[in-house]
Amino acid sequence: MTPQLAGQIELFVQVVIAGLLLGGLYSLIGLGMSLIMGVMRIINLAHGELMMVAMYITFLLFSLIHMDPYLSLFVVLPALFLIGAALQKYLITPVMDVESVLPQNQVLLTVGIGMVLSNLAQMVFSADYKSVPVSYASKTIYWDVNVGGQTISLSFNFPFLVAFGIAIALGAALFLFLGKTDIGRMIRATAQDKRAAAIMGINTKRITYITFGLGAALVGAAGTLLAPVYYLYPAIGGPFTSKAFIITVLGGMGNIAGAVLGGVVLGLGESLGSVYISLGYKDAFGFIIFVLVLIFLPKGLLGKSSV
Amino acid sequence: MPKKPVLLVVPALLLLLFPLVFSNPYILHMLILSMMWIILGVAWNLLGGFTGQVSYGHAAFFGTGAYATAILVKSGQPVAQAWWGLLVGGLAAVVLATFIGWICFRLRGPYFSLSALALSEVLRLVALNWKEVTNGAEGILFLPAFNDKGAYYYIVFALAAVTIFTIHRVMKSKLGFYFLAIREDQDAAESLGIDTTKYKLVSLMISAFFTGVAGSFYMNYMGFIDPGIVFDLSKISIMMILVTMLGGAATLWGPALGAVIYILVSEIFRVYVGSGHLVFFGVLIIVIILFFPNGIVGSILEAKGRRDRKTDGKDPKQVAA
Repeated sequence: MTPQLAGQIELFVQVVIAGLLLGGLYSLIGLGMSLIMGVMRIINLAHGELMMVAMYITFLLFSLIHMDPYLSLFVVLPALFLIGAALQKYLITPVMDVESVLPQNQVLLTVGIGMVLSNLAQMVFSADYKSVPVSYASKTIYWDVNVGGQTISLSFNFPFLVAFGIAIALGAALFLFLGKTDIGRMIRATAQDKRAAAIMGINTKRITYITFGLGAALVGAAGTLLAPVYYLYPAIGGPFTSKAFIITVLGGMGNIAGAVLGGVVLGLGESLGSVYISLGYKDAFGFIIFVLVLIFLPKGLLGKSSV
Repeated sequence: MPKKPVLLVVPALLLLLFPLVFSNPYILHMLILSMMWIILGVAWNLLGGFTGQVSYGHAAFFGTGAYATAILVKSGQPVAQAWWGLLVGGLAAVVLATFIGWICFRLRGPYFSLSALALSEVLRLVALNWKEVTNGAEGILFLPAFNDKGAYYYIVFALAAVTIFTIHRVMKSKLGFYFLAIREDQDAAESLGIDTTKYKLVSLMISAFFTGVAGSFYMNYMGFIDPGIVFDLSKISIMMILVTMLGGAATLWGPALGAVIYILVSEIFRVYVGSGHLVFFGVLIIVIILFFPNGIVGSILEAKGRRDRKTDGKDPKQVAA
């Protein structure tokens, strides 16, 4: 193998790795959105803003008591769960029962919630960029592989690697929770048929609070995991909300396994597209994949849309 | 339109005479922005409120209108400036609407809403990256045609009047009934022989035309645009929805009222609160959705309608459903 070819392969594999690691985080964001969509049948357009809240909690804990971002997961997850459940209980559920001309009042309500969250963050923390400067932010692990006589050197960004691992662990925990526990079964039953679930004695309202809380906690985890490698600013939520629904549509609305696939596809698409096509259009690839999937595979890449 | 013409003529006359009496540029600026947002709200309402196709991506048309005018002027076509370059913006938006409608109207409900949003974001990224034509993030700057705000005031007043009148006429015509039928039940409308895809597209085209005209006006008036301003998701696309909801979707005057309140509230909060002034607007939206789900004008009409409906002994919700 020529050194040029080895270089090409090295770049390609490196880009795929970066895409996969990013995809792990995206999956976490998509899982939360998909869960909410599956049970409540609404698109949560405040999803990115919830992530932003988690990032600011992580930032506060780090700058005030110097808590490690990964440790602060133990604060962020319960906090976001409570915020999410409260939003569902006091704002979204009351709107579900109201008749209105526009069919998507709950969705617009989440837009309003997102606006309040991001502007509150701006009032409290100002619009400046903040960061969580952990010592290992740019730590990289190298791995040399011998391919056909040429050495290919691959690098893994440490925080992304940890984030990927935690994302997988949380994803697995979610699957176990949904599959094996009573509450998990209740959530799946509510997603399948709300009325039938209610007849079976499930308190579907309570299930919606739990579901929104879980969704918020998952995207909150993604926010905390991103904090060491990303800048945070009050408007960061918007782009991530877009990513969340792209992932959800890719995976099939409300399809949880699909959300993982959608996250990985988006991560890979952005990573490959920005290297091989154009960096400026990085964010456009997601949208283009999104529109194409909507038109040709409206039920998502996996072709079914149930939890 | 109000039943008594006085209710329409007197405010219109007052608005027409206003710049002759008060020439405070700040107040004129607020009024000009309000009227521009009236056009945007009323235009969005035709598609979202009356036809039931909630678009999260109307910034696409606003931005296209603005950029069409800006690019024409930049390439040395002074004709595009001032009032009749506005048509170019509107027509560019209609061309885009045909394309977007062709793609997005295969989809329904939230799928349509989100694909409109996605296409609008793609356009923003194109405007940001296609530097040869759009100047990228630097934006396009030119000297406004008139030094006097009064001229823009009358232009936008005329545009707003034409927009409201056109949409009023459309909704009184057969076309308007098609739109309502599509909103109420697309399958039933289809089975009655309404070509729903075609009429959704017609609704989108009319809506896009006025949105594009407003975008073109914005370019002329402000003299500067960049992709982040005119293709903004939360400040244009979402705000058009919120303005409509605030006043009342599917009412003629609701979006106009919503637009005025929006400009007034955001200005008061920008001046007195400063950063994060949209917090209040977000809270307002939440309150409106919780307590007046059909907006201010919608709730007033509903209160009136409930009195009439009581005679036939049905719950108004069931009548609506």
